[in-house]
Amino acid sequence: MSNEELNSPGYEIPPELQGQVAVTTFDRIYNWGRRSSVWPMMFGLACCAIEMIAAQASRYDMARFGMEVMRPSPRQSDLLLVSGTVTKKMVPVIVRLYNQMPEPKYVVAMGACASGGGPFKEGYNVVAGIDKFLPVDVYIPGCPPTPQALVAGMIKLQEKIDKQSIKQVRWYDRKNKADSVYVPVPVLGPDLIDLRRVDELKELAAPKQAEEISEA
Amino acid sequence: MATPTLTETLDLSAKFPGAVTADARPGYTGWIVEAGKLLEVAAFLRDEMGYDLLSSVTGVDYLPDEKMEVVYQAYKTTGGPGIFFKVQAPRLDPIEVPSVVPIWPGADLQEREIWDLYGVKFTGHPDLRRILTWEGFSGHPMRKDWKEAFYEEDAKPFKSRWPEGRIKMAEERNPFGDNVTFDEGFDPEKWTSNDPEEALYTSLKKYTAETSDGIKTDHILVNMGPQHPSTHGVFRAVVILDGETVVSLKPVMGYLHRNHEKIGERNTFLQNMPYTDRLDYFNSMSNNWGYALAVEKLMGVAVPERAEYIRVIMAELSRIQNHLIWTGMMLNDLGAYFTPALYAFEERELILDIFEAVAGSRMMCNYFRFGGLARDLPEGTLEKIKDLVFDRLAAKVDEFDRLLTENEILVARLKGISKLSPEDAVAYSMTGPVLRAAGVPYDIRRAEPYGIYDRFDFDVVTQTDGDMYARYLVRLEEMRQSLRILRQAIAGLPEGPIITGKPQYQVRVPAGEAYGRIEAPKGELGYYVISNGKPNPWRYHVRAPSFINLTALEKMCVGGKIADFVAILGTIDIVLGELDR
Ligand code: SF4
Repeated sequence: MSNEELNSPGYEIPPELQGQVAVTTFDRIYNWGRRSSVWPMMFGLACCAIEMIAAQASRYDMARFGMEVMRPSPRQSDLLLVSGTVTKKMVPVIVRLYNQMPEPKYVVAMGACASGGGPFKEGYNVVAGIDKFLPVDVYIPGCPPTPQALVAGMIKLQEKIDKQSIKQVRWYDRKNKADSVYVPVPVLGPDLIDLRRVDELKELAAPKQAEEISEA
Repeated sequence: MATPTLTETLDLSAKFPGAVTADARPGYTGWIVEAGKLLEVAAFLRDEMGYDLLSSVTGVDYLPDEKMEVVYQAYKTTGGPGIFFKVQAPRLDPIEVPSVVPIWPGADLQEREIWDLYGVKFTGHPDLRRILTWEGFSGHPMRKDWKEAFYEEDAKPFKSRWPEGRIKMAEERNPFGDNVTFDEGFDPEKWTSNDPEEALYTSLKKYTAETSDGIKTDHILVNMGPQHPSTHGVFRAVVILDGETVVSLKPVMGYLHRNHEKIGERNTFLQNMPYTDRLDYFNSMSNNWGYALAVEKLMGVAVPERAEYIRVIMAELSRIQNHLIWTGMMLNDLGAYFTPALYAFEERELILDIFEAVAGSRMMCNYFRFGGLARDLPEGTLEKIKDLVFDRLAAKVDEFDRLLTENEILVARLKGISKLSPEDAVAYSMTGPVLRAAGVPYDIRRAEPYGIYDRFDFDVVTQTDGDMYARYLVRLEEMRQSLRILRQAIAGLPEGPIITGKPQYQVRVPAGEAYGRIEAPKGELGYYVISNGKPNPWRYHVRAPSFINLTALEKMCVGGKIADFVAILGTIDIVLGELDR
C-alpha cells in the first residue's frame, strides 16, 4: 500500500520521516488487511463452481487479490462464495456452514441460481436464491458468470470492505441484537421449513386461511 | 461374457406366449412384459441372448391411461442395437414391480430413483429408500399429477409470458410466498421429524458391532460430505470404518437435485437444449449431442455433412478437455494440491476459447440444434483448432505422460487398488473409461456408431487390470485417440450448410419414443424422450453415467483404506450436475 493510500489527510508528516511513519485510522489499516486476504471457503455447489476454479487458475489468478487461499473448513474462511444452485436438501448444510464461520464474514451469490433461482427456479427442490436465508453482500449475474465477472464481483466486495467501520458493522454491534449473525438452520419436513417463519407458515397452512387466499 | 447365440430376429412373444407382447403403439418399439414374468424374461435375455449390460431403467407415468410403466434398455457389450422392454402396472397405490437387481445389480440406484420420483415399489430390492429427495418428502414428484410449488401451467411457453406478457413473480402466486407447499392444516410446531437419516444409518448398522479374535471392536461411522474438498461438489458418502479399513459404504446424493427432468417435461423440445448443458457442465457439447440425437430420431431429420464433422470436432475437443481436468483433479485427490490442476486448466482455457468463439459461451455452449448446429465456425477458428490439434495438445498429452505415468507416488497410490473385474463392471452397468479399464472393449462410438464415427480410424482403448492405474492409462490414451479422430475430422471437413431446413424455435416431433445415446467422456450418456405429438416432451429422461457408475462404488471401496476412497471417487469421474440432475 502506498503512503498516499494509507495516510489519512490532515496530518503533516515531515518529508524525512515519510519513509518510516504513517498516520492512519484504525479502520483504514484494519480494512486494508482484511480486504487483501479474503479467504473463500472451498465449496462448490454446481456449474458456477467450475468457473470459480477457473478464476483461481493461471489465466485469471485470484491470487492477485489475496484470495487464492481456499479453506476447506468454515472456521478459517472469511467468504462464503455460493457458487451454484441452492437446493432444499443442501440449504440446511449451507446455513450451518455460514453459522460456523467466524466474523467478519461475507456472502457472495455467484450466478443466476444463487442470486434468484436461475434457470432451475421452478424446480421443486430449488431454493430461489440464497438471500432467502443468508444476507448477501455481492450478487454476480451470469449463468455462469465468466471468471472476469467473478473477479469484478470480488473487487466490489473489496470496495464494500473498504467502506466499513469497525464501530458500525453488525457483528460487533451490541445494541442491535435483532440483526444477528446466526441464522436458524432450516429443517427438512414434508417440504423445507424455515424456522424463522414458523408462525406465519402455521397461519398460512390453516384451512380457513387457505380458502380466503383462493377466493382472493 | 456371454456371446449371443441367436441373430437379431428375436421374437420374445413366441418364446413367452401370453407373458410378452410386442409394443404396438405407433412410434414405439420393444416388448411389453407381464410383471410376474419379468425376472424370467430378464434372465433369458441376459443368459441366453447376451444382453449383459442393462443400460437404463426408468419410469414413465401414463396418467391418461391410468398406467405406470417401467422401461428397461439392455445392450450387448459385444455391440449392436439394444432391446427395449417394459412393464406396465395399474396406477393404483401401491404400484409394485419386481426388482431386477438380482439379475442386473446395476439397476440398484436407478430403481431407488424410480421409487423416489414415481413411487413404484420394487419388490425384492435390497435397500429401497428415497435417493434424490429426502425421507419424509411428501409425494413422488415426477408423477404427472404432482404439482410443484411454483407450478404455473402444464406446458411452456406460459401464457402469462407469451402472448400476454404479464409476468407475476412466482413468489407472488404461491400462497406461502416461497418455493414451498404444505398440506392444509400443517402445523410446524406439532410436526415431529422422524430423522431423515435414520433409515440410512439403520441400513448400515448391521455392520457396526463385530467381534474378531475374541475382541469386540467398535466400528466408526464417518460422514464425508456434502461439503468436503474431495467429493467434487456436493456428494456425500457415509462410511463404516474398522480402523482405517472401509467396512461398508453408502453414497448419499440429491444435494444438487434440481430436477431438470420435471422442468424438461414442461419445456418445449428446443428449450431443453440449454438445460442439457448444465448436466455435465464440463462437456456441454457432448450433452447437446445425445439429446439432439434422440429428438432427431423421432423427427427423422438428417444432419448435413459439415455439421456432422463439426459435431465430432467439438465432442472430441470436449473429451480431451474433460480428461485433462480429470487428471489434474485426480492428482488433487492424491494430495498433489492444485499444481497439476493448473497445468490442466491452462489447456482447458484454450479449448474453451474455441467453444466461446463458436457458441458464444465458454461453458454452456447450447450449440447443437435438431438437424444441425446453431451457427457455423467463425473466421479464424479452424486455424486455432488446427494449431491446438496438430501442435500443442499432442505435446501436452505427452508431457502429462512423461511427468506422471512412471511417477513413483502416483503408481504406488493407484496400482492394484480398487480392482473391478470385467464381470462385475458389466453387471453393475459401468460404462466409459472405468469399464474399458476393466478390459471390456465397449465404446459406443464403435459398438453402435452414431453421427459419422463409423468413418474414422481409432482404437478402443482398454486395459486389463481394472484398477485405478488402468483407469488413468485408459484416459491418457483416449486423449491421443481423440486427437487422432480430430486430425481426420479436420482433414475431411467439407463446405456446405450446417443445418437441415430453416432454424426453428418450435419443432414438430411425431409421437413415439426414442433413445439417443453417445459415448460421453464419463460413459454412456443417454436421453430417453417420449413425444405425444405436442410441443413438449411427455417424458424426458437422462441416463447419466456419473449416477449409474456410482452403483459399484461400495464394491470398489470395501476392504480398502479410507484414504483411497477419495481417489477411487476421483477415478470414477463424477460430476454432480449430472449425478443429481
Ligand atoms: S447460474 Fe447457471 S451456471 Fe451457475 S449454477 Fe446456476 S445453472 Fe449453473
